[in-house]
Amino acid sequence: MTETAPSASIELTYREAVREAIRDALRRDDRVFLMGEDVGRYGGCYAVTKGLLAEFGPERIRDTPLSESGFTGAGIGAAMAGMRPIVELMTVNFSLLALDQILNSAATVRHMSGNQFGVPLVIRMATGAGRQLAAQHSHSLEGWYAHIPGIKVLAPATLEDARGMLWTALQDPDPVLIFENVMLYNMTGKLAADAGPVDIGTAAVRRPGRDISLITYGGSLWKTLEAAAALAGENIDAEVIDLRTLRPLDDATIMASVKKTRRAVIIDEGWRSGSLAAEIGMRIVEQAFWELDGPVGRVCSEEVPIPYARHLEIAAIPQVPKIVAAAKAALGRT
Amino acid sequence: MPSLGADMEAGTLVEWLVKPGDTVKRGDIVAVVETQKGAIEIEIYEPGQVEEILVSLDTKVPVGTPLARIRSEGEATALAQAALIAPAITIAAVPEGGPPAGQPPVPPLAICPAEKRATPAARRLAQISGLDLAAIRGTGPGGAIVLADVERSVGAPAQAGRKRPAGLDLDAMRTAIAAAMARSKRDIPHYYLQHEVNVTACEEWLTRTNAARTPNERLLMGALEMKAVALAARRFPAFNGFYQNGRFEPSPAVHMGVAIAIRGGGLAAPALRDADRLSLDEIMSSLRDLVQRTRAGRLRSSEISDPTITVSSLGERGVEALYGIIYPPQVALVGFGKAVQRPWVAGGAVVPRSVVTVTLSADHRVSDGHAGALFLSEIGSLLEEPDKL
Repeated sequence: MTETAPSASIELTYREAVREAIRDALRRDDRVFLMGEDVGRYGGCYAVTKGLLAEFGPERIRDTPLSESGFTGAGIGAAMAGMRPIVELMTVNFSLLALDQILNSAATVRHMSGNQFGVPLVIRMATGAGRQLAAQHSHSLEGWYAHIPGIKVLAPATLEDARGMLWTALQDPDPVLIFENVMLYNMTGKLAADAGPVDIGTAAVRRPGRDISLITYGGSLWKTLEAAAALAGENIDAEVIDLRTLRPLDDATIMASVKKTRRAVIIDEGWRSGSLAAEIGMRIVEQAFWELDGPVGRVCSEEVPIPYARHLEIAAIPQVPKIVAAAKAALGRT
Repeated sequence: MPSLGADMEAGTLVEWLVKPGDTVKRGDIVAVVETQKGAIEIEIYEPGQVEEILVSLDTKVPVGTPLARIRSEGEATALAQAALIAPAITIAAVPEGGPPAGQPPVPPLAICPAEKRATPAARRLAQISGLDLAAIRGTGPGGAIVLADVERSVGAPAQAGRKRPAGLDLDAMRTAIAAAMARSKRDIPHYYLQHEVNVTACEEWLTRTNAARTPNERLLMGALEMKAVALAARRFPAFNGFYQNGRFEPSPAVHMGVAIAIRGGGLAAPALRDADRLSLDEIMSSLRDLVQRTRAGRLRSSEISDPTITVSSLGERGVEALYGIIYPPQVALVGFGKAVQRPWVAGGAVVPRSVVTVTLSADHRVSDGHAGALFLSEIGSLLEEPDKL
């Protein structure tokens, strides 16, 4: 026998994969602790941290006051003092209350201190629309954070990445933000029982194809894969790229794909103007202009506050038919 | 070279849409320039007649370099050097709703008119292949010319995994020449003959004939040479055909391979089909067409495989004689040196005459020197009576 038996896999949700990642980190390194609103007694607003308080105690699973700026700042201080905090912000909308801490402190301390201090902090937060939480809980602002030098921005879309990115992020000497799309928490799938840390900083080709590159991340990955399947029925062979890391962007993987397919559509749940999609489109023009055989397209959110009404919310964000239409437009097919 | 943006320092001339003698009016598109921002069409701002093209294709020149000389209407003789375009036109982002009041309207720089819209990849292949985008039908978004359209025009269907575009690929052409010539010298026992031919009558006949013709109707010595070889080849079938599978098959038709040099170091010898049946005018116009398409990389595959005999002429810039290598599976190649003035004995007196050295490279498996000599003499005799060609 030369083959080893395949490792056992377990079925679990994305939520449970994130929880396993946190539990693993807390076990591996006693400098790691979690803090945020309702992460302890309530088990997290998306139930990600359910059971962790009982397992690890209030010293390491810390409920905080409703003050994003305050507890994010505390996390920065703890990280500078040698701890490895995980700060949970309920949603990206609320993270704006901590934006000063993130942008003016966490992202700049290494620079401002002449490299005397770093901030090895991980901030997790939920992002995205689709749960009818209306215009103050549903936005996708990770593209804004991807604008900031001094931090890394991750967007795990698969169970493997939900399970594996946290530990790698905690090893980083600088702040890392992890965006978890709210529509993924209930996603169920199989994960190897021995799944562990994964690399960050590279994009992944989730579906190889010849005719067009569909570039996306996070919650839009699954819609894009569904769109690629629909396109295959029309004899269009789409390649799907999961960015995984939004800052720094993996230009090499993006350009290798675009140089092969010569066409690209970017799918991004952020608002269109000044979006991450705009940045990627520009990089394609800068680095692969002469390879292009069609206009670069994008599918983004409509430029409105995300509506509460279900049909309007669906209409406001990228959906499979829009992705299919954009891909066909780039190919000159109707 | 106009400035097509504040940061532009130089541009590459990739396409001329006018030639000397053309009349142009304000607003005409006269050329396409490749800049770091892509291909941009150049409009003309002065009406007149194009007198001279100053920058050749694929040449990169700094902003401000004159691209062509045009003569304004009423400017009878003076060769005034007029810059092709008003200086320093910058592409300004025109806000929706037109230019702001108070500013002169920015001349519309048609970056890519709808009927000639092409993708960057398509433009690049067209440039490499020397194709005119105007002649290609687009099948992409909004009728744009996409890569596959250009590939079809080049004659190379899109193949998965193919890296290099077909067309005028000089490296590939050199490899093909190397293979064919090595095979020829390995397989074909060449013999060589040479014969000096008095072409004074040809030159005089050309001078008379061309006197009444416009430049693009004029005949060249090459046309007479081709016709003479074609007629001789019809009479001497041992020099016209293919040696294949151990035996020679003479060809009933005479398809004359014409050796055409390509700028940058390439060579092709496409067929002038049924050359023995064409008039001199037909040979001349076919020759012009072949030269143009060969240099543009737009030959048809049949034109490459059809020739039954090849002619190579060095023309006026050549030397006196050339000894060619036969292009397999053909069995003969006739070479013409340049015409030189020589003392010539005619009627017991030494007189100056124009003389061309004609050579024959022939396949000894198929013919012998005796037949070759008759063939070569026949070419010489035909050239002495050009009015019968």
